[in-house]
Amino acid sequence: MSGKQRFATAGVAKCPTGIVGFDELVGGGLPRGRSTLVTGGPGAGKTVFALQTLVNGAKDFGEAGIFVAFEEHSRELLANAASFGWGLERLTPNRLFVLDAQPDPELMRSGDFDLKGMLAALSAKVRQTGARRVVFDALDVVLHLLDDPQAAHREIFRLRDWLLEHGLTAVLTSKIHREPNEMGREPSRQPDSYLQFIVDCAVVLNHEAADGMSQRNLRVIKYRGSAFAENAAPFVLGESGLSVAAGPSLDRSVAATTTERVSSGIPRLDAMLGGGYFRGASVLITGAPGTAKTSLCGAFAEAACRRGERTLFVSFDSGADEIGRNLQSVNIRLNQHRRSGRLRLVSPSSGGASAEMQFSQIKRMVAEHRARHLIIDPLSALALPGNLETARGVVERLGHWVKSEGITLLATSLLDGSQPEDEGTPLQISTLADTWLHVSYLVRHGERNRALTIIKSRGTQHSNQVRELVLRTSGISLEDVYTAGGEVLMGALRFEKEAAVRAAAAQAALEEKRERVELENSTMELMSRIKQLERELALKRAQRESLGVEAAKRAKVRAAGEADLKQLRGADATRRPKRQARP
Amino acid sequence: MTPRAATTVRFRLFVAGESPNSLQAVANLRALCDADLAGRHEVEIVDLMQTPERALEENILLTPTLVKVAPGPVLRIVGALTDRDVLRRALSLSAGSKSR
Repeated sequence: MSGKQRFATAGVAKCPTGIVGFDELVGGGLPRGRSTLVTGGPGAGKTVFALQTLVNGAKDFGEAGIFVAFEEHSRELLANAASFGWGLERLTPNRLFVLDAQPDPELMRSGDFDLKGMLAALSAKVRQTGARRVVFDALDVVLHLLDDPQAAHREIFRLRDWLLEHGLTAVLTSKIHREPNEMGREPSRQPDSYLQFIVDCAVVLNHEAADGMSQRNLRVIKYRGSAFAENAAPFVLGESGLSVAAGPSLDRSVAATTTERVSSGIPRLDAMLGGGYFRGASVLITGAPGTAKTSLCGAFAEAACRRGERTLFVSFDSGADEIGRNLQSVNIRLNQHRRSGRLRLVSPSSGGASAEMQFSQIKRMVAEHRARHLIIDPLSALALPGNLETARGVVERLGHWVKSEGITLLATSLLDGSQPEDEGTPLQISTLADTWLHVSYLVRHGERNRALTIIKSRGTQHSNQVRELVLRTSGISLEDVYTAGGEVLMGALRFEKEAAVRAAAAQAALEEKRERVELENSTMELMSRIKQLERELALKRAQRESLGVEAAKRAKVRAAGEADLKQLRGADATRRPKRQARP
Repeated sequence: MTPRAATTVRFRLFVAGESPNSLQAVANLRALCDADLAGRHEVEIVDLMQTPERALEENILLTPTLVKVAPGPVLRIVGALTDRDVLRRALSLSAGSKSR
């Protein structure tokens, strides 16, 4: 594949269609100066694909185009296209020329004919407008006029030569009423099967219904000299035309990861998350109905708008005004931000549109609003019956898309039960979440209280504590919970416990104060005792001093007395000098 | 169109250069006119290779195309005009030389 890719970029010049997602599938666009065949059943989107390629070419790539309409009258075609909001009316015929080439239904035939006249006329047009792109829409119509297969064959090759001569990038469309043969290996008798041989690229559009829900996909079945994504890619035919869901494997561009935090709107939750959500992260909030998931969304939206960051809030459950009103009851004021234009609050109907369609609408709204944050409440609305299969893919691509755009996504999902780890959401959306919050009810003593847990938060230290989520008119807050006997206390029980704890604390404070006073007293007492003892000690020392002096005097007196006595006795006179004996 | 003599049939034949079916159409039209409309027909031959803009003006995409301009209604026949009976039916001409 990678070898082919290199060859592709070196070998085949690409002509971008500008169709969202399609150019990525084929490595940049259609083969430049070559032809592409687009086939599909009626209503599969062939004409839109072709016209969009021309309009984008004229508007965004400065390449004039010619549209040859064999089936639809140009007035109808342009009227239908006007609903796509491409600004078609601003394209002058010099940039986009539409040739009405519908065969007259009353047309009579007699003998052989060809397309030379039309091609001569188109040559003149190409010279006049400098067109680089051309569409032959519904070629099957004109080929079926030629009842002779040989003639059809001849005209197809005449067309090919004409296209090559002018170096035009062409889109040829043709109806098919059945699955095409794999790679055209087994040519059918239909004259247009020859078309497969003159084109360098072939695309098949499919449109089918699953459980009554419209599902579309396209498949590139051939691209000479270029790599292409071979799997069917879902697409939608939405308000702005066709947009193709490029698979994540082909669109791995990820916005620079950031360590910047954005507030959840609830200070205590920010603290639990180590500073808030990461900017550009995907955050999932799960919980049973009524667990304040929408309020958490509202808090995030309000905080974002206060920072001046544009936010898109898609609510599938309730109307925009309803949400604005409901969240006011918990002091989340969204209406002022809606008026200032920072917040766009939309409530599309979740029914009746395929997940692809919803996704493409969301992408369009994000682009229009230049939103930095996207809230989808609930994301599970995409997985209504009939959409489940595609919804999985859509949600996965949504995750990759917000990452590549650097958009912070906050999505909620309905999840019953208190064990989110056993989760079996049909969408498996938890895998896309960087941060996953779960809100559950704890019912005890006739109360139903909300408990918030952070189940995971990639790349961040986060609290493992369960907190009680409390909704007050002053706002949302998170309170500590108490565990007693292994059970979490909330609501009134928590209040009782808190009161008890407060009383105990006051008691303890009093006790401490008393103790401190006591200690101080005994300290003072001890210190005074020390002083007294010191005084006593000094006295004793003084007494001992004076005692020494007396003893010395007494010894002197005694010594003198002994000397006198010796003198008197006359003893030891020879040994002791007299002067010693007599002072 | 200002009607001329009611009996004069005006044709315009669009051709593409000298391609075989175009040459054939010219020859076949001449033969028809000589056979059925002698002295009461006018034929304009338009070569789209020379004047391609006329194809867009008159919405001619397939060549050759014969347009019966008058008398009304306007009628178009594509092809080399190989089948004279088809032409006669289309032009409301009976075989032979019945005039109207």
